[in-house]
Amino acid sequence: MAGLVINQEKCVGCGVCLKGCASKSLSIVNKKAVVSDDCVLCGICLDSCPFEALSIEKENSSTMDCSKYSDIWVFAEQHNGKVLPVAYELLGKGKELAKEKKCKLIAVLIGLDIEAEAKELIAHGADHVYVCDDINLESNMDERYVEVFDELINKHKPEILLLGATGFGRSLAPRIAARVGTGLTADCTVLEIDNETGLLKQTRPAFGGNLMATIICPNHRPQMATVRPGVMQIKEIDSLQEGKITSVPYEFSVDGSIKILEEVLASEVKSISDADIIVSVGRGIGAQKNMALAEKLAELIGGSVGVTRPLVDVGWSEYKNQIGQTGSAVAPKILITCGISGAIQHLAGISGAETIISINADSDAPIFSLSHYKIVGDCVEVLKKMISNFEDDKGKKMIV
Amino acid sequence: MKIIVCIKQVPSTNEVRLDPETNTIIRDGRQSVTNPFDTYAIEQAIQIKEKLGGEVLGLSMGIPATERLLRDAQSRGVDRTLLLSDRSFAGADTLATAYTLSLGVNEQESFDLILCGKMAVDGDTAQIGPELAENLGIPHVTDVSELIEVHNDKIICKKITDTGHQIIEVKLPALLTVVKDINMPRLPSIKGVLFGLDAPFEMKSAKDLNADTLRIGLSGSPTQVVKTYTPERASEAVVIEGDPATQANEIVEIIKGVI
Repeated sequence: MAGLVINQEKCVGCGVCLKGCASKSLSIVNKKAVVSDDCVLCGICLDSCPFEALSIEKENSSTMDCSKYSDIWVFAEQHNGKVLPVAYELLGKGKELAKEKKCKLIAVLIGLDIEAEAKELIAHGADHVYVCDDINLESNMDERYVEVFDELINKHKPEILLLGATGFGRSLAPRIAARVGTGLTADCTVLEIDNETGLLKQTRPAFGGNLMATIICPNHRPQMATVRPGVMQIKEIDSLQEGKITSVPYEFSVDGSIKILEEVLASEVKSISDADIIVSVGRGIGAQKNMALAEKLAELIGGSVGVTRPLVDVGWSEYKNQIGQTGSAVAPKILITCGISGAIQHLAGISGAETIISINADSDAPIFSLSHYKIVGDCVEVLKKMISNFEDDKGKKMIV
Repeated sequence: MKIIVCIKQVPSTNEVRLDPETNTIIRDGRQSVTNPFDTYAIEQAIQIKEKLGGEVLGLSMGIPATERLLRDAQSRGVDRTLLLSDRSFAGADTLATAYTLSLGVNEQESFDLILCGKMAVDGDTAQIGPELAENLGIPHVTDVSELIEVHNDKIICKKITDTGHQIIEVKLPALLTVVKDINMPRLPSIKGVLFGLDAPFEMKSAKDLNADTLRIGLSGSPTQVVKTYTPERASEAVVIEGDPATQANEIVEIIKGVI
C-alpha cells in the first residue's frame, strides 16, 4: 500500500514534523510520530524531519519500458511563422542536458510555412528537427497539435520533452501528457540531470513562490516539463552547426471543434508583466487622490503603475494593473513599492524583480523581507519629495 | 444546459507562513477555502443556468471536509454536488486527479459544459482542465475572460493570450477554464444558505467509481516530489534613514543608477 511511512527506529518523537503538516494528520503517540487518514501525502514533512524517519513509499504502477526512450525534445513554438525566444532558450538548456546524457537534441516545429525556421533551430543547437508544415496547422490549436505529438512520441520515444510555459504551451502540454499517460511538471525554473539515476530533476516554485519543489518522473516517459520563459539562456548561434531536417506529414482528420474567429494583438499598451520600471501601490497610500502621485512618478521615470488586489477591489485601479497571484507576475529592473505591506499572494508576483525599493510605515512589514532597500516612513511624503526631485532635474535640463 | 463546475479546496494562503528553521509551512487552525479561481467558474455556471435553464453540478476530489465548501457553492446556486473522496486518492498528481475527476464526470447521464478555474492557487499548475478534457475526449479553451454568446451547441468566448486575445467558437460539449476578469462572484442569499444546508450532496469512493487502482492517488501519479526548500532571498535590505527629503534623494540616486 502506498503511503507515508514512519521509520520506527529513526523516529525519536521530537514532533518537528507536526509543525509543517498542512493537513494536521501527524501526532505523537507513545513518543513516535503517527499519521492519520487525513494525510494527503503532500510530502512537506519529509524534509522537515531531522532524522530522516519519514518517507513516502509507492509501488511502480508503470508498464512502460523506459529503456526504450532516448533523446531530448524541445517544442519550437511559433507565432505567425516566427519561432518564439523561449524555444531558443529551451534549446540552450536542452543542449547542456543532452551533453550530460550523451544524447541528441531534437526540435519539433509545427505550423504553416515554417520550414525556413528549421535552420534557425539547428543553428541554436538542435541536432535534428521534425517539421510538420500543413494548412491545417496555421493557427495554434491544441486538438491538432496533440495528434502530431502523439504520433511522433509513439514512434520515436523521446526521453524528455520540454515546452515553453507560454499560454499555448501550458494549454497544449497537459493534453499531450494526458494523451500519452505521463507526468508533467508546470512552469519549471531549474532543470538538472541527476548524476546517479540520469533522471530529469525539475524544480518549480510552489505555494506562490514561497517554496521550491524538485520533482521527478521516474517510471513514465517522456519526462515532460513546461519551462518559464526568460529563465534559461539562449546559446550562441552557430550557423555552421549541422543538423537533419525531417518532414512529417499531417494526416489526421480532426473535425475542428474549435474555430478562432478573430485574433487581436494587444496594442502597444505595455502589459505590466513586460514593464522595466514599476511604481506599485498598496493600501498604505491612504487615499485615492494619492494614486496620482504614483502615476506622476511613474511618468517621470518612464515606468508603469502596479497595484495590490485591495486597490482593484475598491475600484482605485484596474485589474490589468494588479500584481500578485491572482493578477500578473512582474519582473522589472526596478520596483518601487509604496504602502504595500506584502501579503503572500502579492509577494508571489514580484519575486522576479531585480531591485526592490520599499516604502512602508510598518518596519516589520513582510515586503521588506524581499526588498533590497528599506524605507520606513510615510510613502506619500516620500513620493512627493521624489517627484519634486525629478521635476527639478527636468527643470535644470530645460534651462541648460 | 447541463454544466459541471470543478471545485478545489485549497489552504487559505493568507495563513501560510514559512518556519525559517524547519523550512515548512506553518498554518494556524483556520479553515481551508474554495480555490479563488473556482469561485468565478461557479458564478459563470450559475449565470448560464439563469439564462438558459438547466442544472449545475459541483464536482470535487478531496478530503471529506470539502463538503463544507461544496455546500457553500450550493448556497450560491449550484444545484447538486459530488465529492470524490477516498484514502486511495491521496497523493494524486495532476494526471491521477484528472483521471479521477473524469470518472465523476462519466457518472453523469450527460453534460454540455465543464467549467474550471484557470488554476488552483496552491499548486499553480493549470493542468487539470486540459488533462480532464483530454481524458473525456472533448475540446478545451484555457484563460477565458468573457462568454460572448452561449448556445445549446456552441459557445463564442474571449480567450486571453500572451499577445492579446482571441475570439473563439467552440462546439459543445467542451471544457473552459476561466480567469478572474470573467465576472464578480455573488454572495449567498439567506434562502441559498438554507438550501445549501441540506441540498443534494453525494460522496463516492474509488470502489463506487470503479476506479482503476493503478491510475489513482500516489500509485497513479507519474510525478514525485523529491525535495522542497525555501528559495534564497536577497540578503538583508539596506535601510535608508532620515527625513522624507533625504530618503527621497537616496531613492532617486538608486533609480538613476538603474535606468
